[in-house]
Amino acid sequence: MSTNLIYLLFCGALLMLGLVAFFLARGKATRTRASGAAMFAQPDQYAWFSVLATAGPAILAGALGAFVMLLLGAEIPVAYLLTASVVIAAIGLFVGLMQVRPDFHARQAIEKVIRLALATAALMSIVTTFGILLSIVSEAIRFFQMQSLWDFITGTTWSPGDSFLASAGRAGEGSGGAQFGSVPLFAGTFLISLIAMLVAIPVGLLAAIYMAEFAPPKVRDLAKPVLEVLAGIPTVVYGFFAAITIAPIIVDVAGFFGLDASYNNALAPGVVMGIMIIPFISSLSDDVINAVPDSMREGSLALGMTKSETIRSVVLPASMPGIISASLLAVSRALGETMIVVMAAGMRPNLTANPLEDMTTVTVRIVAALTGDQEFASAETLSAFALGLVLFVVTLILNMVSVLMIRRFRDKYRTNTL
Amino acid sequence: MSQSFDEITAQLKRRHRRSARLKHMSMGALILAAAFLFIFIGDMLVKGLPAFQQAQIQVEVSYTEQASQIPPAAVGEDVRGLVSRGYLRLIPGRMRDNPELLGTTRMEWVLADSSVDQYLKGHEDALRGSEARVVERLIEGGRAELRFNTTFFTNGDSKMPELAGIASAAVGTVMTLIVTMLVCFPVGVMTAVYLEEFAPDNRLTQLIEININNLAAVPSILFGLLGLAIYINFFGVPRSSPLVGGLTLALMTLPVIIITTRSALRSIPDGIRQAAFGVGCSRWQVVRDHVLPLSLPGILTGSIIGMAQAMGETAPLIIVGMVAFIPDVGGSFTDAATVMPAQIFTWAGEPDRAFVEKTAGGILVLLAVLISLNATAVWLRKKFERRW
Repeated sequence: MSTNLIYLLFCGALLMLGLVAFFLARGKATRTRASGAAMFAQPDQYAWFSVLATAGPAILAGALGAFVMLLLGAEIPVAYLLTASVVIAAIGLFVGLMQVRPDFHARQAIEKVIRLALATAALMSIVTTFGILLSIVSEAIRFFQMQSLWDFITGTTWSPGDSFLASAGRAGEGSGGAQFGSVPLFAGTFLISLIAMLVAIPVGLLAAIYMAEFAPPKVRDLAKPVLEVLAGIPTVVYGFFAAITIAPIIVDVAGFFGLDASYNNALAPGVVMGIMIIPFISSLSDDVINAVPDSMREGSLALGMTKSETIRSVVLPASMPGIISASLLAVSRALGETMIVVMAAGMRPNLTANPLEDMTTVTVRIVAALTGDQEFASAETLSAFALGLVLFVVTLILNMVSVLMIRRFRDKYRTNTL
Repeated sequence: MSQSFDEITAQLKRRHRRSARLKHMSMGALILAAAFLFIFIGDMLVKGLPAFQQAQIQVEVSYTEQASQIPPAAVGEDVRGLVSRGYLRLIPGRMRDNPELLGTTRMEWVLADSSVDQYLKGHEDALRGSEARVVERLIEGGRAELRFNTTFFTNGDSKMPELAGIASAAVGTVMTLIVTMLVCFPVGVMTAVYLEEFAPDNRLTQLIEININNLAAVPSILFGLLGLAIYINFFGVPRSSPLVGGLTLALMTLPVIIITTRSALRSIPDGIRQAAFGVGCSRWQVVRDHVLPLSLPGILTGSIIGMAQAMGETAPLIIVGMVAFIPDVGGSFTDAATVMPAQIFTWAGEPDRAFVEKTAGGILVLLAVLISLNATAVWLRKKFERRW
């Protein structure tokens, strides 16, 4: 019998039992009530409780069995497992029906089950975070068992090319060994992020100031969707734009000034990434500026300040924590941005401050390491997780600081819109 | 006195000028941002619109015995290099299916090679010498023209640009999003309901809240690492499948859905809850019968936005292997598949110039879908928005 058919049968059996539970329990409750007994709950609630008692334990048992099978590697035939859980469902049905008594709080019992289910769902987010941490840290540890941590942090050469020879037991055949010095990768990442920020922060902030302080409502209604569209463009599309349109323009312009630029220069992905981040900064800053109480503006204007003086010396200082928080979030996005740099930046680790040269970033190397045809245990593949770990820690710190700053802003002005 | 008055007037003028300058600068920034968008869309249209047209040429196809063995023999020697190899490959199969074709010769409009296509679209250097002369002759005789490119919408990926299409990627995207939606919509809404309506204000709740905000800002590529290490290596989910891609995207979209659902729930005034409590509803009854139905438009809007975001995501999917070469439309959730953004990424890496056009064409389709999704979300919000 095919596995799909077994699953189908299982679902059918469970559905049948659930229906049986519903109607039997409701019938029993209705009869009890008709006989004149005062009950704590409505018949429908008893019915739903019986359904929960039937399906809940059965599904739990099935999931638990599957999990045990995966974790311990014990082979339980699917048919047995599902039969067992159908038996459990039948027992649950029986117990559920027994509980249809006038002194049983069916409604509160349902409430408890639902509360538990909701709380379990809420725990998913914590499980995800731990999943990320666990998966990255465990593989990163394997990497650092092969390569020294110190070389990883301080080394200036990243050449994993020969690591597959080493893993094939033919170390030393290539030139030198594999070297995993991550400094050039981080230098490239920071340079490209810096270029992006130089584009995004001034443009985004000024656009936010215009929308919050100057723009007539009509312009605002028009500009918001435009920025939203800009924010909704997939990064792979930005990457294509950077590689096909912007990079050649930069090479031409550089050539006009007598400079030599690579087609994989850092400027193209940096600028395009900046464009991508503009709506992010402008919408967050717009919210923050709008949250500054009007009384402060009015006070300043009443003293005879012009509008720009009010913005510069009252509104902006007041909203500074929020703007910094937005900028930090933007930096964290720029550091973790993948597709634009994969498509438009180079592959060659290059320690330089010249944005016209090609250079690579952390995310590019992660993608390169994991899309190659290496076996999973090779040092190059595992290096992706070490790089991912650093990326995770850095973005985590940036996010935390950003959250703290926005909280300070919120507490100061007691606004709940952020 | 009058001098200081003049001074003040001059100063005031300067201050107002400065004020106007800030206004113009900030307006300029907004215009710049809008200009970026228009340049970008214009560039994509210029590059991508030709992809919706494809060259076809009218040639004499002779269904001979020889052609069923060696397909190129079906067309004349002079146009052999101009007809798509993909078309020629189909000839033996067609002859098997329609035996009456054998021995006939007919004029047929056939798919042209991508070099002819590029030549017709104005890239004169795509063809050289004798081939260019043949094509010129065909054009003069009205036997070569650009027609609407249905292949682009019905075919999967191909190494031959004239045969490459987005169908398999589109199906892959839909299947991946189904998995994503099935996982993250219930879990996300349940989490949001728990945090807004049920959770006690304790350490654990705060931890969950911080966590969700954090997850929303984790770089997407790290979700790919999680998918690779946990789903593929630990749970043994098939690599490159819509299942693993969808599950990875679900974790990434979860915070978006939670955050938007929470704000939708928060916008329901407390009076409604208190009225329901007042007539004796339990907490779950309040949520099920009053809060959820009232906040449903907001939740749907948030889910659509989350889906649009997941649809455009590429980086985590590359890590879990969804950049595979998929020529056929897949049928199962565990078979290898690719998605639209990954297809765009693959094509962008092809050296053939004809693929630049395909890439931009794919981008236009993707953008059209994304923008209409977002527009639907905005429309929903506008239509059902209620001020309490």
